[in-house]
Amino acid sequence: MKRKTIIGAVLAIGVVGLGFAFWMMWRPEIAPLSHPLNAGRETLDRGRRVVEAGDCAVCHTRPGGAYMAGGLPLVTPFGTLFTTNITPDPHSGIGQWSLDAFERAMREGIARDGHFLYPAFPYVHYRKMSDADIADAYAFLMSVDPIKYTAPPNHMVFPMNFRPLVSFWNLLFLHGDPLEPLPNQSAQWNRGRYLVEGAGHCSSCHSPLNLIGGEKGSELFNGGVVDDWTAPGLRGMTEAQHPWNEAQLVAYLTGEVAEGHGAAAGPMLPVSLSIAQLPAEDAHAIAQYILDLKKTSSDAPSPPCTSGVKPSARALLGAALFDGACASCHGSAAPMRVIESRPALANTSAVMADSPRNLIQTILQGIPMSSAESSHYMPAFAHSLDDSHVAALAEYLRDESCANRPWTDLDKTIKSIRAQE
Amino acid sequence: MITLDINGKTHELDIADDMPLLYALRNQVGLNGAKYGCGLGQCGACTVLVNDKPVFSCLTPCGTLAGKSVRTVESLGSADQPGPLQKAFIDEQAAQCGYCIAGMIVRAQALLEANPHPDDETIRRHMAPNLCRCGTHVRILAAIKSVVAQGGKV
Repeated sequence: MKRKTIIGAVLAIGVVGLGFAFWMMWRPEIAPLSHPLNAGRETLDRGRRVVEAGDCAVCHTRPGGAYMAGGLPLVTPFGTLFTTNITPDPHSGIGQWSLDAFERAMREGIARDGHFLYPAFPYVHYRKMSDADIADAYAFLMSVDPIKYTAPPNHMVFPMNFRPLVSFWNLLFLHGDPLEPLPNQSAQWNRGRYLVEGAGHCSSCHSPLNLIGGEKGSELFNGGVVDDWTAPGLRGMTEAQHPWNEAQLVAYLTGEVAEGHGAAAGPMLPVSLSIAQLPAEDAHAIAQYILDLKKTSSDAPSPPCTSGVKPSARALLGAALFDGACASCHGSAAPMRVIESRPALANTSAVMADSPRNLIQTILQGIPMSSAESSHYMPAFAHSLDDSHVAALAEYLRDESCANRPWTDLDKTIKSIRAQE
Repeated sequence: MITLDINGKTHELDIADDMPLLYALRNQVGLNGAKYGCGLGQCGACTVLVNDKPVFSCLTPCGTLAGKSVRTVESLGSADQPGPLQKAFIDEQAAQCGYCIAGMIVRAQALLEANPHPDDETIRRHMAPNLCRCGTHVRILAAIKSVVAQGGKV
């Protein structure tokens, strides 16, 4: 009798458990699209704007690869993912996806066949977009050249190679509805909020991530690290020692040199080239919203920077290297300063930052040539400067702008960045 | 005093750390193959090899070159005995005014030493930093591809 009760209980728990697991981790397939899609020019133009605002091509186009055909490796702490083909090829792309399937992917992170997508695809943000924008983006993507290409298989570590586990991640981080405008804010501010928090998914990089790769809600927009570049905090930019104004931020966001701050480089460069494709009012809206983000941390601000080059051997070598390698564009008398607005380096964000990461990365990798109108090419110095030279140069530049707060992790940071090359 | 290893020969030069390598090559050592184009690392006419990697010598301070080997276009052959890339550039008549050509040959040399069988896309990407204002890029690519077609041995 007692044994029967126990067996019964175990069975009941098992059935409930299975049911729960099934409910959590199984999603139905959505029927393939049978008819080709033909959207009008106006819809496609709107869709192109949404797709640029969402930076889709930044991840879904690999260097040298076809537009939106995927294959870009994304290195995460949980393994390497390859972005998917989102051209309308019926077998390797999304050619069989209906609008319902596309919208479910954008809002819930589920592929048409029912498998869970990894949250490197920022559906937690895309779910905040309007129905109309998602439909327009869908129409546009279904109109690009269909490319037959399948990305290499992902290399995710156990247990994250088991996709249904993403359902538990979703339980924690997937919430919120499409954004509604706040009545006490201007139309431009609301447009900026919609672009920053929705399609633009800025906080994906500009917030610290927790141990399971979710954005830390309490530290939203406080800055993060992506591909060994610092994605700076976006709060309190108007109150910084060298404050940003709207014109500077709009220039930065649209791939131009922001006077006194520098230009987009590293992973931000393609994002800025995407924003440059948007109507100017969108860039202004994004800038207005970001400049309105207030500091949330109660930490005392760092003391203001003071300059003063120390007469150390390393800083003296750094000064010589600056004259030989950098001054033709960044020196005080360089014509490039006037005709191509190359910045003096002393006040740039990379030199003023708490971490030397972005200065080191920019010296090593430079800023690649782009076909965009606002290309601001800088040559790479990885092959001509050793670690000790980069350190000397960085120390000299830091002394020139912030000698009272020297970078203490210079050599270590250079070494770790070089190791990633 | 700065010691430079250029094309296998050691040179003791009385120059400052901040002197760009290009100036030392042309003015001190008398190697005029590498050219001054923009002085900004934007055209590639000054390209030389430092430890087998192509660098802009106009932006490479001599103070960074201790213990490294520098190679210029002069090390790849002579007018009487051109090297494989130099010969291919002549055969394809890849030069118009010729100002960019030393940099082009040196950059191509770096590629083929590391990868004797690059595909077209790889060659184009690798050569992208070097500009030719006469517009002979198509012949330059043809010259590099002809060396690749013969086995890529440089």
